[in-house]
Amino acid sequence: MRLPARDGEAIDRTQTRTFTFDGKQVEAYAGDTIGSALYADGRRIFTRSFKYHRPRGLSCAAGNCAGCLMEVDGEPSVKVCTRPVEGGEVVRSQTISGSLERDPMRVVDHVGGPVTPVGFYYRLGIRPKVAWPHIERMLRRMTGLGRVGEGPAKERRSDVENRQIDVLVIGAGRSGQEAAARHAAEGKGVILVDERAEYASLAIEGVEVIAPGTALGVYEGKLVPVHADGLLYRVRAKKIVVATGAIDQPLLFDGNDLPGVMTPSAVHRLVGLWSIRPGVRAVVLAADEAADQAAELLREAGTLVVETIDLRAARQPRVKASAKRGVLAAVEIDGRKIACDLLVASAGRQPAYSLLAQSGAGVTYDAEKGIFAPDQLVEGIEAVGSVTGDGAAVLATPEGAGRRAFVCPCEDVTAKDLVRAVGEGFEDIEIAKRYTTVTMGPCQGRLCHLHSVRALARATGVGEEALGTTTARPPWQPTPLGDVGGRRLNPGKRTALHDVHKRAGASYVWTGVWRRPDHYGDAAAEIRAVHEGVGLMDVSTLGKLYVSGPDAEAFLDGVFPNRISTLKIDRVRYGIFNTESGRIIDDGTIIRVGENDYLVTTSSGGVDQVYEAFLLWIAERELRVDIVNVSGALSAVSLSGPRAREVLARVTDVDVTGEAFKFLDVRQGPVAGMPALLMRIGFLGELGYEIHFPSASAEHVWDALMAAGAEFGIVPLGVEALKALRLEKGHIIVGIDTDSETTMLECGMGPMIAWDKGEFIGNEALGRINERGADRALVGFVADALPNEGTAILVGGEVGGRVTSARRSAVSGQVIGLAYVPADLGEEGAAFELDLGEGRRGAAKVHIGAFYDPDGERMRG
Amino acid sequence: MSFLIPCPHCGERPQPEFAYGGNIGDDPPGTMLDPLSEDLYFNDNVAGEQFERWFHRFGCERWLVLRRDTRTNEIAESWDRVTAP
Repeated sequence: MRLPARDGEAIDRTQTRTFTFDGKQVEAYAGDTIGSALYADGRRIFTRSFKYHRPRGLSCAAGNCAGCLMEVDGEPSVKVCTRPVEGGEVVRSQTISGSLERDPMRVVDHVGGPVTPVGFYYRLGIRPKVAWPHIERMLRRMTGLGRVGEGPAKERRSDVENRQIDVLVIGAGRSGQEAAARHAAEGKGVILVDERAEYASLAIEGVEVIAPGTALGVYEGKLVPVHADGLLYRVRAKKIVVATGAIDQPLLFDGNDLPGVMTPSAVHRLVGLWSIRPGVRAVVLAADEAADQAAELLREAGTLVVETIDLRAARQPRVKASAKRGVLAAVEIDGRKIACDLLVASAGRQPAYSLLAQSGAGVTYDAEKGIFAPDQLVEGIEAVGSVTGDGAAVLATPEGAGRRAFVCPCEDVTAKDLVRAVGEGFEDIEIAKRYTTVTMGPCQGRLCHLHSVRALARATGVGEEALGTTTARPPWQPTPLGDVGGRRLNPGKRTALHDVHKRAGASYVWTGVWRRPDHYGDAAAEIRAVHEGVGLMDVSTLGKLYVSGPDAEAFLDGVFPNRISTLKIDRVRYGIFNTESGRIIDDGTIIRVGENDYLVTTSSGGVDQVYEAFLLWIAERELRVDIVNVSGALSAVSLSGPRAREVLARVTDVDVTGEAFKFLDVRQGPVAGMPALLMRIGFLGELGYEIHFPSASAEHVWDALMAAGAEFGIVPLGVEALKALRLEKGHIIVGIDTDSETTMLECGMGPMIAWDKGEFIGNEALGRINERGADRALVGFVADALPNEGTAILVGGEVGGRVTSARRSAVSGQVIGLAYVPADLGEEGAAFELDLGEGRRGAAKVHIGAFYDPDGERMRG
Repeated sequence: MSFLIPCPHCGERPQPEFAYGGNIGDDPPGTMLDPLSEDLYFNDNVAGEQFERWFHRFGCERWLVLRRDTRTNEIAESWDRVTAP
């Protein structure tokens, strides 16, 4: 029921909004929250509890408890008491199996006590084992909060915004506002954040207000994620002022969770902000001034305050609340029954110190006030207002408060459950917390932490100070994972030729961060073209490092295991890049373009780690070498096939005859009028050229080569053709045919290593492995069935290795592949089996050397 | 891991801009294995201050050395170099 207009109310009665709740239209004013509008509409039961399906309603009206969780526009478990009404929302009740008013699952509450004590799910259905899947499914259906639905709410991901600020003030109560104004007056940049919607219109000069917004935690470096309206701010503050105040603690008595039982602050908010009469007949159990004031407010609002009982008196009365149709109907005080529909009760206020504790502050128990209060704040963190403990105090936790006196309403944990957990041996506070799940619900300990510590302290007999508190961890308020994770970023890279491939009908595949053409419709035709005609492939994804300086030669001899100093100008050589422990991490080519100038190419994914390792090597030895990463500046294509030479001759004046431009030669000259670096290499096994040129001219060069190749039937090549063609040659792809332990010695590359040249990366470790002998070998094989990559190979019935690559050869029609086998099996013709799954075996035998053109006549010719 | 690293070239920057390059300095003499294996596979696991290398990957692309307390992530000093100062 709405009261006549009051001074200071947060609602604007000239603007109305509507939303639907379980299909029924609800009217609201601007400034209302969904929760306040529903309460004004007469709703008392807002949701049902997690375990016992007990009816729950507005209890704190401030976003602390879990009494008002609902689904809003598909988003589950929204605390509707702080969610502003925008208009048009579709709101649904959750955690019910019938209706809010009648929920058949409520039977769990009536019979559940002895059957479902704390931790029962750790014991129930463990034996017989076959029962557990059924019981688990049943428990899953019966419990949990809300349901993650389909559609936009599930997919929702918020943007992340990084903010740097002088001062972040958390909490916009009186102390928080004062602190914000004080720092702003000193000329500091200030952000003020508060969970409560009513501060959205707060204006303080020089202060940016984010409300409603939740500071989720305090991370190191004073980083505070602030969740507000579908945005996650990562606020990095020089100084943080915590003004999170103190939170009304529930009073423990039988039925303390019933709809109609409310904290004093809820009364302040219902009347003060939204001008709603909270009830008709009220009883007030006052533990502090806030409750006295609430009683006063109720009278102003026209509620009949039947009785006010001062709990600060020496003797605590015995209280029991009872319900009719799920809603508070009466309260019994020391056996005296009073009919009422509102019971204002709290045990006092506990400082909301969690963010301070996360920032590194200590927390100590003040036995006199009965609260945990922060002390020993860390540098750059300030606490103001009642979060420091000023004016806060909480009554003692009564013993044996009743069967349904909830310490933790979120998780339906009673004081009795905690005593039982201690009885079962869960005496440590952190262990007891995990076993009972107390403080792990949507209130994140705001309401239950203090009472649970006290109950455990009493049950274990050690006292609060010695028992200590559980570690305070983010988040301080439940937050959708999509908002924490942020928008899905796709750090995909595209080459300068991406659009050309698209027009040519490429099907793309992810290779690391790169989007590359897998094929252009017919991979088999692409493979055939390379063997018989000519194909063109975009290899711009290769890493390209320009290495120059007086020490360049010595540098490259130091980072590669083979000898680079013998590499002549205008020649190219294959190189492997190893770790200090002698394991392959990348491969590529070293191209000598001048006395002190080289271009080093790396694999598509390897450039960053190679670049970083190069720079470290140079810095450690203070070499006079400069490295420029030109991976993006240069594009590259690979022109392969018996007709490649004829195609190239049409677009360049470089002499490409076999005599003038031999295998592993490098030339510089124009290609299609653009400056280019050409090298003759043969990764694909046929006559081949790799051409590097400025990325700005990429499309032009590509188009010119395609046009020049038209009469030879040139086709673009995708990654699938590349993988198949290089397999014919037995060429490895780092990352596919190598793992984190692969050495050159296992891959038959031992002869490449120049042992006598002195120190190089991995030389000591490789020397050691060479002495001992490698355990396994990467070999080619032919088989009678096509295995998947990763298929286990069997030697004498035992697993002896695995397949890394396999294809059906377009040339021989045989299944060919690469596999790791035990080292003693690394001989031509050695037989092993493939484990094809479901008991099927395939026969395979080792093949040493290339499958296709083993002498390399086609690529060298 | 959200601390700030004082890059000698770029100033204080968030840690995710940097790549960790391992700790440097006093490996205790090997007790289980030979020095090579100790060096390659056994890192110190210091609870306290250590020198370590970082690479400013999304910044100046330079290696640097920090003295960092592994317990608090407090960084006492940073240098434009790659060996222990």
